[in-house]
Amino acid sequence: MPDKRVALVTGAGRGIGAAIALTLAKDNADIAVVDYGEEAAAAETLAALTAAGAVARYYKCDVSDFAATKAVADAVVKDFGKIDILVNNAGVTADDLLMRMSEAAWDRVLGINLKGCFNMIKHVTPYMMRKRYGRIVSISSVVGLMGNAGQANYAASKAGIIGLTKSVAKEFGARNITANAVAPGFIKTAMTDALTEEQKQAMYKLIPLGALGETQDIANAVKFLVSDDARYITGVVLKVDGGMYI
Amino acid sequence: MTTLEKLKEILCECKGEDIDITPETNFDELEFDSLDKVDIVMQIEEAYDISLGENLQLSTVGELIAKIDEAVANK
Repeated sequence: MPDKRVALVTGAGRGIGAAIALTLAKDNADIAVVDYGEEAAAAETLAALTAAGAVARYYKCDVSDFAATKAVADAVVKDFGKIDILVNNAGVTADDLLMRMSEAAWDRVLGINLKGCFNMIKHVTPYMMRKRYGRIVSISSVVGLMGNAGQANYAASKAGIIGLTKSVAKEFGARNITANAVAPGFIKTAMTDALTEEQKQAMYKLIPLGALGETQDIANAVKFLVSDDARYITGVVLKVDGGMYI
Repeated sequence: MTTLEKLKEILCECKGEDIDITPETNFDELEFDSLDKVDIVMQIEEAYDISLGENLQLSTVGELIAKIDEAVANK
């Protein structure tokens, strides 16, 4: 069996991040769970990762905090010896029409969703460079490609991730470090569960495959992009959206 | 550890192999690319808690050592 890889996954405490972490753990990776929630909230994820055979540790971190992300990257390397895979998944929303959107809502969403990716990439890539190996996947959104009324901040942050990813792919390609983005469409979450049947039907009409995606669909895409099968793929945006944006 | 020894350690780690350097060694001979050079400068700055400034031109090992020693002395 090849050496275990080490994956740092931000926002891995729950939701899509937890699904990504668990999928990578089942694929022979140890996991650094980076999340801003309390460790207790991520306990279930940590238990599942351990049950899957991974060494898993929790690191509390606000990814928008430059110094904190450096401290986390250094701590993960100290604890695990290396970082092979970085998954930038941490993200928030603070939706409002632009006319009503506060500066704070803009700054917070851009800070976590976009600057958070920059911070993690900035502090993890020195370690990857010296190993001549790295796999970076950042979670964008189809909203970053198509825009969305009421989500100017979120859409801008997710579009920014695409530009960041393509630049990183060009800068680090010579070091065998790939950088790709995954752009989810509508994914089944507690938020979509709360929608009325009428709202859901309206949503389905936008999706050629006629259904919401599952968190596992995103995790599968990430698993592929960090696998050897994707070794010659860098700088791409892989839409996982049921054809919502074509 | 002398500055030359520390610099050798950083350059070897960056190159991923053991390399011999003397103060006369020219960086062109070592065939580091631009990413390597950024990484080397960052590692030096971190190791010595100094700033080597923007657009540092790396010529010979000896010149870099002089710049490091000067920055350390001016801390």
